[in-house]
Amino acid sequence: MRYSGFKVLKEALTGHKGWAPAWRDPEPQPHYDIVIIGGGGHGLATAYYLAKEFQQKRIAVLEKGWIGGGNVGRNTTIIRSNYLLDGNEPFYEFSLKLWEGLEQDFNYNAMVSQRGILNLIHTDAQRDAFVRRGNAMILNGADAELLTTAQIKERYPFLNTEDARFPIKGGLAQHRGGTVRHDAVAWGYARGADSRGVDIIQNCEVTGFRIENGKCLGVETSRGFIGAGKVGCAVAGSSGRLMAKAEMRLPIESHVLQAFVSEGLKPVLPGVITFGAGHFYVSQSDKGGLVFGGDIDGYNSYAQRGNLPVVEDVCEGGMAIFPAFGRARLLRMWGGIMDMSMDGSPIIDKTHIEGLYFNGGWCYGGFKATPASGYCFAHLLVRDTPHPTAAAYRFDRFEKGLMIDEKGMGNQPNLH
Amino acid sequence: MIIEHPLLGPRDAAEFTYLGDARLIDRPDWQSENAAQEFFEYGYLRDNPAGWHQELWFHEAGDRSWLVVTRNTLTHEISKVELARDVARSRGRSK
Repeated sequence: MRYSGFKVLKEALTGHKGWAPAWRDPEPQPHYDIVIIGGGGHGLATAYYLAKEFQQKRIAVLEKGWIGGGNVGRNTTIIRSNYLLDGNEPFYEFSLKLWEGLEQDFNYNAMVSQRGILNLIHTDAQRDAFVRRGNAMILNGADAELLTTAQIKERYPFLNTEDARFPIKGGLAQHRGGTVRHDAVAWGYARGADSRGVDIIQNCEVTGFRIENGKCLGVETSRGFIGAGKVGCAVAGSSGRLMAKAEMRLPIESHVLQAFVSEGLKPVLPGVITFGAGHFYVSQSDKGGLVFGGDIDGYNSYAQRGNLPVVEDVCEGGMAIFPAFGRARLLRMWGGIMDMSMDGSPIIDKTHIEGLYFNGGWCYGGFKATPASGYCFAHLLVRDTPHPTAAAYRFDRFEKGLMIDEKGMGNQPNLH
Repeated sequence: MIIEHPLLGPRDAAEFTYLGDARLIDRPDWQSENAAQEFFEYGYLRDNPAGWHQELWFHEAGDRSWLVVTRNTLTHEISKVELARDVARSRGRSK
């Protein structure tokens, strides 16, 4: 069933009796050509592009809970491509271009809103760094504009530009950045994949891999063995405990990142603002809530909830730059589990086990990457060579010293 | 989280900074035949368990001692806290 304005109107006039479930609930088959583990944004996007762009048949997505119940439903919904390094920027720009055409592509309203993102500048050194970053973005075909304090004040009159510790001296804007309705991304990809024959199997936890003579033959699940020509793992956050079942140790630690949403307000914030120096960023959802977050808690965790010191730190950062927001009440807060990698960049690569492929290590940047991650993982699964924009996301980069370390922090995952 | 410091008693986790898996105490031998591979694994690969995890915390805003904290990564429950010095010595380091 194709969604359209006409269809909405017709259903409104005929009692909404013509809507069908957006995807099936199939029983698992004994064997598939490709099995994707993880029914989140990345796994569903991978299945969608496998079916649509790479014409693959007999694909399954295995999800231990319900689809979209992990990080794709727990993030702060921001999309952008404002990276510095050559290993990253072409990939994220590819992703942003896919976002721009996504809703037409999968015929689903994901509420992609290119309301712009602004990184604030407080010092000369920070300005130099952002000028360099902006130039790197432009060289890679993305958009970037350096804004003056006056231009920022015009857009955001309530910003505290005169703060004694962090006066605002300008900002780097990416006008094509913005926000997306995150759950709809999972649902749109799921519906698009399902309609092309992908089996989305929920409540099906992978409990082990069947590996013989260095080759992966399929997966053991809570619903029995499922054979597979190729197995792709896309479970960022839980990569450590999944890949441990294949006796792999990863260059990844799992950390908890908290996010927050205030009560609904009338429109006050037209774009996304990041106050990196104060560990704070914020946007306003279409429902009116201020959606904000800051740094990870900083210790290994699979708990999906964090601790209060970080709540205090994030709110202090918010109050420093937006004193007016102190009047809003906090409605909800939650935690998501991040695959924090050793250089802050992801991995999309084959493993040393034949037929077993890995996608993970997204740190806290996985949501914006969803379309390109799915596309590039599908490319790798089908062609056995990396997509050109994801060629740097290799397992062996740590051993070879080819790290993609945007922040220059070294092998300390909680500092990325 | 409250960390039961062996010397100072219960302290707020916010006073500490976190380094990671306590296996970092076991630095490889630089003269070993496989030193390059061992240092790669030491520097970059982690067990990252869901459950009990021994990890290094530094009491930065306190007495600046290093602690080995045994903590459950699923619940944040802490079952044991030791001075990293004692743990390292019991493993034969810094004798």
